[in-house]
Amino acid sequence: MQEEENTRRSFLKAGLITGAAALAAGVVGCNSDTKTKGALTGKKVPLLDSAGNLIYVDEVHMPVHTNFAGISDEESRKGIPGKKFVMVIDLAKCDGCGKCTKACNKMHYLPPEKEWITVKELQDSPKAAPYFFVKPCFHCDDPPCTKVCPVDATFKREDGIVAIDNNRCIGCRFCMAACPYSVRLFNWDEPVKPNIVEVNAAPENAFQSKKGCVEKCDFCSHMSRKNELPACVTGCPMDAIYFGDENEDAVTNKSGETVVLSQMLEDKAAYRFMEELGTKPRVYYLPPYNRQYPKPEMKNINSESQS
Amino acid sequence: MNSDLIREERHQIEAELLSTVGRRYKKEKLVITVLSLIAIAGIIAWIVQLREGLIVTAMRDYVSWGIYISLLFFFVGISLIGALVSCALRFSGATWRYPLTRIAEAITLSAVFFAGFMPVLDMGRPERLYFLITHGRIQSPILWDIAAIVTYLFGSLIFFYLPLIPDAALMRDRLTNMPAWKRKLYKMMAAGWEGNYLQRKFLNRGIKIMSVVILPVAISVHTVSAWLISMTMRAGWNTSIMGPYFVFGALMAGCAIMIIMMSILRNGYNLQHYLSHTHFSKLAVLLLALTCTYLYFNINKYGVPAYKMQGDEKELLNDLLLGRHAVLFWVTQIFGLIIPIIMLSFQKIRNSIRWVVFVSWLVLICALVNRYIIVIPNMMHPFIPIQGAPAGYATYFPTLIEWLVSAAAMAGFVLVMILLFKAFPIVTIWETEEGVEKAGDEAIGLENMNVKVNVLKNEN
Repeated sequence: MQEEENTRRSFLKAGLITGAAALAAGVVGCNSDTKTKGALTGKKVPLLDSAGNLIYVDEVHMPVHTNFAGISDEESRKGIPGKKFVMVIDLAKCDGCGKCTKACNKMHYLPPEKEWITVKELQDSPKAAPYFFVKPCFHCDDPPCTKVCPVDATFKREDGIVAIDNNRCIGCRFCMAACPYSVRLFNWDEPVKPNIVEVNAAPENAFQSKKGCVEKCDFCSHMSRKNELPACVTGCPMDAIYFGDENEDAVTNKSGETVVLSQMLEDKAAYRFMEELGTKPRVYYLPPYNRQYPKPEMKNINSESQS
Repeated sequence: MNSDLIREERHQIEAELLSTVGRRYKKEKLVITVLSLIAIAGIIAWIVQLREGLIVTAMRDYVSWGIYISLLFFFVGISLIGALVSCALRFSGATWRYPLTRIAEAITLSAVFFAGFMPVLDMGRPERLYFLITHGRIQSPILWDIAAIVTYLFGSLIFFYLPLIPDAALMRDRLTNMPAWKRKLYKMMAAGWEGNYLQRKFLNRGIKIMSVVILPVAISVHTVSAWLISMTMRAGWNTSIMGPYFVFGALMAGCAIMIIMMSILRNGYNLQHYLSHTHFSKLAVLLLALTCTYLYFNINKYGVPAYKMQGDEKELLNDLLLGRHAVLFWVTQIFGLIIPIIMLSFQKIRNSIRWVVFVSWLVLICALVNRYIIVIPNMMHPFIPIQGAPAGYATYFPTLIEWLVSAAAMAGFVLVMILLFKAFPIVTIWETEEGVEKAGDEAIGLENMNVKVNVLKNEN
C-alpha cells in the first residue's frame, strides 16, 4: 500500500502529461484505489518526467482505477494534491457573449437565473471605455468568506480552491455578506434535481444546489480531478479564459493554447480585481487593451446607478 | 417614631405589590388574546417558511439578510436596559432605581431570549443548528455572538432570580390561597429564605457581584452583534465605530422601551404609587442624554464618510441621504433623534408622563426603523454594481410571511414579559422597603403613599 501510494505521488509530482498520454491521464486523474499488477504487459505509455523529458513507462506502473468509490469527504476538503489552481481572464478577448455562463450552468445543472460565472458590463470612469467583466469566484488566498463561516462548511483547500460542503452548511449566509464580490448564491427554494448519480463528496459534485445552503463557482474541481478544464474555459469561443496550475506555471485555454503563466502575467500587465481589499484572488485579469472585438457601447453606467 | 411609619408603609407596599400577582385584569386578557393570535399566525408562517424554504421571504442573493437580522439587532439592543438600570444606576448611586430593577430585568430576559431566536428563524437549515456545537469554528463572529448571548441569557436569569428570592419567600408566606403547584414553585424559589443576617449578607454580595459581572457581558453582546456586520468589507459596515454605535443605540432604545413598559404597567396594574412622576422625569433625562450621544455617533458614522464621499461609500450614502432610503433615513434622524432631543430639553415635557411616553414611542419606533437602515441599504450596494439581476433580486420589501414571523417575535417578547409580571411582583418588594428605610419615599420615587416616610440625613 505504501509503495502504491508512493508511485501515485511520484507520478503526480511528475505532473505534465503529454497529449499522447491523454488516455492514461483520464484514468490517472481519478483519485482512487490503485493497483500495480505483477507481470509487465510490455505496453509502454508515454509520460513527461519532472525535467520535461518524454519517457515511456510500462502500463503496469500506471495507477489504474479499479474500484471507483469517489472522492471521500476528507479528500474533498484537502483538495487535489500538488496543485494550485489559477485562472487568467483576458478582457481584451471577451466580447460578452455569455457562453461561459451557459456552459457553466449546463455543467452544474443550474437554472438560468443562477450564475456561478457572470458577465458584467463595467465602465471605470465616464470617459474610459466600457468593457465586459467576467466574474467567477476568485478563490481568494485570504478569503473573507471562509473566515466567517461558523461551521467550516466553506473552506480553503490546499489546491487553492474555496469549496462549499452543502452537507455542512447551516444557511446563515454570513459568507454571502462577507464576500465583497457578490459571488455566493443561496438556494432559497428546493432546486430541480438532475437525473444523475454522483459518487464524490459534496464539495466535488457537479450538482451542488441544496435547499437552504449556499453555493458558488468551484473551479470545476471534479473536472480538474480528471485533468480536464472547467466548463467556462472550454465554453469560451473567444479563448479568453485560461486555467491551469500555478505550480506548473502554465495555463491553458479552450483551443489548447498553453502559455507560461508568469510570462503572460508580466507581459500583459495582469491585475487582480480590487487588490486593495487584500483578499489575494486566484483570478487574474488582462486589461482590455487592443480589443479583438467591437467594444461595448459607451454609456454612463456609473451615473446611472448613482441616481 | 419613624419605625411605626415604616411598619405601616411596609404593610401598604406589600399589600399593593402582591395584589398584582396572579390577578386577572380585563384589559390584560384582551391583550393576551390578541398577542397570542399574532404569535399563532407567526408560528404558522414559520412552518410555511420551513416547508417552502426562505423563498417565501423577500430576501434574495443581494439582500441576503432582511428584517429577521434587523430584529436580532433590535432585541439585543433593548436587552441592554437591564444592565443599565441594575448596574450603571446602581453604581452611580441613583436610589430611584429600586422600583425599576425587576421591570428592566424582565425586559432584558425576554429580549435576550428572542435575540437568540431570531438567527434561527433566518437560517436556511435550522435543523443543523447543533452543527454550531459539533463543528463550531471559534474564529467566526457567529460563535462569539452565540457565546455572548447565551452567557447574557444565563446572567440575566441569575440577575432576575437573585432579587426575587426574598419576594418569593414573601409570596410563599402570604399568598396561601394560591393553587398548590404555585405555592410549591414559590417555596422552591424562596430556597429557604428567612431573611436572617447571613442570608441578607450573601444575597447582597451576590447581587453586587452580578451587577459588576453583567456589564461587560451586556456590552460584549451588543458589540459582538455589531461585529457580525462590521467584520465584513461592505460599504457602510466596514467601520470601527459599529461596536459603540450599537451599544449606545441599544441603550437609547432600551431606555425608551423601559419608559413605555413603565407607563403600561403603571396604568394597567395600578402602580401609580411606585412608578411615579419622579421615575419618568429621571428616565427622561437619561433618554435625553442617550439620544444626544446617539446623534453624535450618527454624525460620526454618516457625516465623516459623507464629507469624503469615497468610492464605495458614495453610492450607499447617496442612497441614504437623497435616494431610495432617504425618507426612512431622515425620519429616523429627525423624528428619532432631533425632535426627541428638542422636546426632552424642556423641563415641562420631562415632567409630563404623557409627553415622555410619547417621545419614547418616537425614539423606539425610529430605533426599530434604524435597524432596518443599518442592515438593508448596505446590502443593495455591493462593490460590483448589480446588473441584470432577476426580478425581485435587487429590491427588498418584506413579505407577509416575514411580517407575520417578525410580529410574532414581538408579540412573544411582550407575552414572556406579561408571564413574568403575572407570576412575580412587578416591583421588587424588599428592595423598595429597604430603600424606604434607608432613604425615604421621595428618594426612591414613591408618591402619594398613605403615610409618608421622610428620612433626613441626620437621622441616619
